[in-house]
Amino acid sequence: MKAMLGEKLGMTQIFDDENRVVPVTIIKAGPISITQIKTEESDGYTAIQVAYKELPERHVNRPTAGHFAKSGVAPAKHVVEIRVDDVSEFSLGQEFSVSDLFEVGQKIDVAGVTKGKGFAGVMKRHNFKGQPASHGAHRVHRAPGAIGACATPARVHKGKRMAGRMGGDTRTAMNLTVAQIDAERGLLMVRGSIPGSKRSIVMVREAVKARG
Amino acid sequence: MNTLDHVEAAYLRDDIPDFNPGDTVRVHVRVVEGNRQRLQVFEGIVIARNGGGVRASFTVRKISAGVGVERIFPVHAPIIDRLEVVRRGDVRRAKLYYLRDRIGKAARVKEKRD
Repeated sequence: MKAMLGEKLGMTQIFDDENRVVPVTIIKAGPISITQIKTEESDGYTAIQVAYKELPERHVNRPTAGHFAKSGVAPAKHVVEIRVDDVSEFSLGQEFSVSDLFEVGQKIDVAGVTKGKGFAGVMKRHNFKGQPASHGAHRVHRAPGAIGACATPARVHKGKRMAGRMGGDTRTAMNLTVAQIDAERGLLMVRGSIPGSKRSIVMVREAVKARG
Repeated sequence: MNTLDHVEAAYLRDDIPDFNPGDTVRVHVRVVEGNRQRLQVFEGIVIARNGGGVRASFTVRKISAGVGVERIFPVHAPIIDRLEVVRRGDVRRAKLYYLRDRIGKAARVKEKRD
């Protein structure tokens, strides 16, 4: 299992060994604790359930509190399931911090919910080119242009890219490099940008498409 | 101090003297050639300071062989071995981009007198 939940704190820059400037995103990752282990016999598949970010007892209802009590983990705000092939190496209540799971230079994927952009036009949402600024263009500068043919098919095709709600989707930034790890503060520094606003919750995993 | 500041604090240098736009500075830059390292000096007028924290940078302008040359350094860059302030300038604005349009005598900056 190489996965962890964290909070995006923001971006800054650091200097690497060769004195180059490296843009980094700082993620306060973990610690996470195992709250449930799913096995072939009991659930039909194998996975572990982990919890992140402790909650005060009064914010948890009885059924949820009971679920956490089973593993002896303090109630937490975020609970996710991670598929694993072999659950024998895990035990209930087991805790992981960033330094246990990731190392500097490793390739990772980071998933998060992108910033909401509201109702966006086609230029912003689908990178359309818009219309000319002059040469007779009148009030159509950011318009999409034609959206279909004439009597055949006499309708607009399904899936035609148009203006609409943009952002607020779960997106994964793949093959990012771990630039640095601060074990003491539980910080993971990732080269480049990741989806989401500051203080949003992100999921960090080992890169699925990493080569070499 | 928030967490981001803690991360940046590790990279901040405290051995860089205070300097302002208009000052003439001598920047000793570490240059790596193959596996040899040497110091290169870049001396000129600071025409701008930008940004804050670890991302702060400054622009130095000099006239080299009749051609204006500008170089932008991050203030906290490890490639800067040493920075000396040669002369304090007396200027009224933060960005001295007007120096780019001037040549010779007109491109001078008054020295600060206290």
